[in-house]
Amino acid sequence: MIPRLSAFALAVAIGLSAAGAAQAECKNDTLKKVLDRGKIVVGVKADYKPWGFRDTSGNLVGMEIDMSKDVAEALGVDVELVPVQSSNRMQFLEQGKIDLMIATMSDRADRRKVVGVPEPPYYTSGTNVLAKKGVVKSWEDLRGKPVCGKQGAFYNKATSQRYGANIVAFVGNAEAKQALKDGRCIAWVYDDSSIMADLASGDWNDYEMPLKTEDDNPWGLAVPVGERDCLFGKFMSGMIYNWHVSGQLMELEKKWGIQPTAYLQKMKEKLDFDRSYLQ
Amino acid sequence: MQAIYDWAQDLYQRTGINLVFIYEEYERVRFIEGLQNTIWLAIICVILSVVIGVVGAWLQGSHFRILRLVVAGYIQFFRNTPPLVQLLFFYFALGKTLENLGVMPMYDAGGWQQPLIGNFGWAVVSLSFFAGSFNVEIFRSGIEAVPTSTREAAEALGYTRLKSYIYIILPLAFRVSLPALNNNLVNLVKTTTLAYVIAVPEMMYTANQIWSDNVNVPEMMTTLFFVYITLVGVLVWLMHRWERSMRVPGFGQTA
Repeated sequence: MIPRLSAFALAVAIGLSAAGAAQAECKNDTLKKVLDRGKIVVGVKADYKPWGFRDTSGNLVGMEIDMSKDVAEALGVDVELVPVQSSNRMQFLEQGKIDLMIATMSDRADRRKVVGVPEPPYYTSGTNVLAKKGVVKSWEDLRGKPVCGKQGAFYNKATSQRYGANIVAFVGNAEAKQALKDGRCIAWVYDDSSIMADLASGDWNDYEMPLKTEDDNPWGLAVPVGERDCLFGKFMSGMIYNWHVSGQLMELEKKWGIQPTAYLQKMKEKLDFDRSYLQ
Repeated sequence: MQAIYDWAQDLYQRTGINLVFIYEEYERVRFIEGLQNTIWLAIICVILSVVIGVVGAWLQGSHFRILRLVVAGYIQFFRNTPPLVQLLFFYFALGKTLENLGVMPMYDAGGWQQPLIGNFGWAVVSLSFFAGSFNVEIFRSGIEAVPTSTREAAEALGYTRLKSYIYIILPLAFRVSLPALNNNLVNLVKTTTLAYVIAVPEMMYTANQIWSDNVNVPEMMTTLFFVYITLVGVLVWLMHRWERSMRVPGFGQTA
């Protein structure tokens, strides 16, 4: 399956890049470098289970690592994984320490000035809650109840304004989660991907993420900013397109125990090409 | 009122100075609640800590060794640990342990069981005992300043230890202690900001939430300064008035 997809991805990439090449001077340095040395260096998370983390023997594994390997396979090169932090991931890419970054990054306008984010987004995350099983069934259940949060998170105001939750915000996530465990609030409101990571850690077996995620924010992988509209960026767009259409992202979600997101389902339906005329 | 809201809105549009807690209702309600919580916390802790100081100082002079040791232990514990650590300890460690043991009474907060002493309660307990431990020592210094002859005179008149403490020694000791007490209470009011670590929605916590949601950090920092300068100013003014009204001509003043 992979070779056929990659061929398609490359076809898409080359087709699209023809248009881009006319306007900007595409040197395609990064991709040339990758192909020359036969190795792509990908910046991934090492502390964000199940997207990127270390297994018991210290190897980097996770959904985004699988995606990185798939990219390397399509290019026919080896992969080298470099752990990055949220605070330095864009600098790593800017300085050329990594060729590609797939590190749970929310796609925002200010970030697009620094790194090249090929479309479409491969994932989204938004606001949800972690609560003891069976306690919370809808957002309305939070009305008037104490809900733990982290001081400074923008989810707090939204949750209290929309659903009248009585937000009890702590300095850090550790305190907020301890307060939830101690029963001082009925739920902990935070980013759904982070909650999923907690659920996947096995420390929260009596808990669930029961609500429909709100305020979805897309996640983007990134290439160097100058190569977004060149061969590398277009190629990655093709990769993401194929991940969506083939259902590969949904398979990876399942493999890594992540709750299925409506976004991936929607994207698969939206991007799936009607091939009925071929019959 | 509307004129003030409009002024703040206008100020934002003209200068970019965002006093959002004036013109936006949601933030205004939060701000006022935060201010009220800070004032309540300060008043309750000031009163409790003075009571603790008075009682503790009396117990320090007790004939029972055990009582004296208990007071000494209390002072060591509360004076020698940071108030921040105390707050976290009381709320996360002691509070939860009491609930687990079933010692803490629970009440129904609308289909939700809440402990009788919540985060506000633990803040009051922790801060009052913290400031109280200093107050005990402050009052002790005042008591020791009362001349032995005065004490003996009270005994000669047939006062019991408690009676002489209440009617003779404490009134005199109070006057000596007031300047030091004043200092400690000012510190207490400022220390109430620490309650934000156990999510007590006081002024500091509220300002943090407002500046996180509106990215107006400099404005909120400045506002915080004004709030505390005003609060402490009022306290100091009251204490000075009290000090003056209790002045005994000739007492405690060097000739």
